[in-house]
Amino acid sequence: MCTYSTEKIEVARSSGKGPEGWFPLRTATVYYDHPVHAPDEHTVNIDFLNPEQGPGARVAVELSLDTARELLAALQTTVERAAHH
Amino acid sequence: MAYDAVLAETVGIRGHGDDLVEAYTARPLAPGPRGGVIVIHHMPGYDRESKEVVRRFAVLGYDAICVNLYSREAPGAAPDDAAATARARGGVPDERFVGDARGAARWLRDLPTSNGKVGSIGYCSGGRQAFLTTVEVDVQAAVDCYGAFVVGTPPEGFPLQVQPLADRVPEVRAPILGLFGNDDSYPSPEQVDELEKLLQESGKTYEFHRYDGAGHAFFSVDRPSYRPEAAVDGWRHVEAFFATHLAG
Repeated sequence: MCTYSTEKIEVARSSGKGPEGWFPLRTATVYYDHPVHAPDEHTVNIDFLNPEQGPGARVAVELSLDTARELLAALQTTVERAAHH
Repeated sequence: MAYDAVLAETVGIRGHGDDLVEAYTARPLAPGPRGGVIVIHHMPGYDRESKEVVRRFAVLGYDAICVNLYSREAPGAAPDDAAATARARGGVPDERFVGDARGAARWLRDLPTSNGKVGSIGYCSGGRQAFLTTVEVDVQAAVDCYGAFVVGTPPEGFPLQVQPLADRVPEVRAPILGLFGNDDSYPSPEQVDELEKLLQESGKTYEFHRYDGAGHAFFSVDRPSYRPEAAVDGWRHVEAFFATHLAG
């Protein structure tokens, strides 16, 4: 499927490392669609972007559905733990 | 021995708003006249495989061109980065696509080899856009390869600029070949049936083929979704369809 399904968030006070080194992140898009590289028909894809620095300012991941679920749980745990720091 | 040679190159053409946009073209190195084909790339972008499709149409005897629909957002960027940028900005507006497709049709007709006929073929989001060319662009034939949201409504809160085109069916001006996988969800088999019904009711010329064991993107040779049997049969229909409607 070409789902077009896309969630987009604003990203603040965050950084990513791309081919040119570290850069500040501005947006992230999350979508379930065809991967470019991962060996599956559909993956959960995340693009961390900084449009001001051009299309190459991008940190991209293509995650299998199982991996995305594990990441989600890990993020949840970490964020909850962070609240106690 | 038949002479088999094509010229393939990047060109700049005038698209929507008279903007200069990047395009990839391949033409047979043989005298015309012959038809032209607009190849509309899938949502992942103007990539190596899309360019291979352009060259294939030249080998089949057509002047072919594919506009980089993400030229404006991401000039010179890697195809995957360009697609990510376009997606983050909400995708390609229909109006801009139509302007670029009209520019491509004009460019093809201006070639000295042109017989005046132009067809379009699009994959994935390009399938929907190929349908749109039959309404908005002077084409003599169009091939919709698994385009979603020709019928059906995008989910609420959907950030991409894509509206269903069902209400435009009465305005269709060119024959349509539709190629779909029965395991696809976008478009689903029910949506394909709905589109077929609308085309029938409006008395349009169309030809649909549906493939079992194939889902979305079964033509994509570099992806796990590739289904050789569906793709080989699909190409056979594409060749016959363009031979019928773009000859002369």
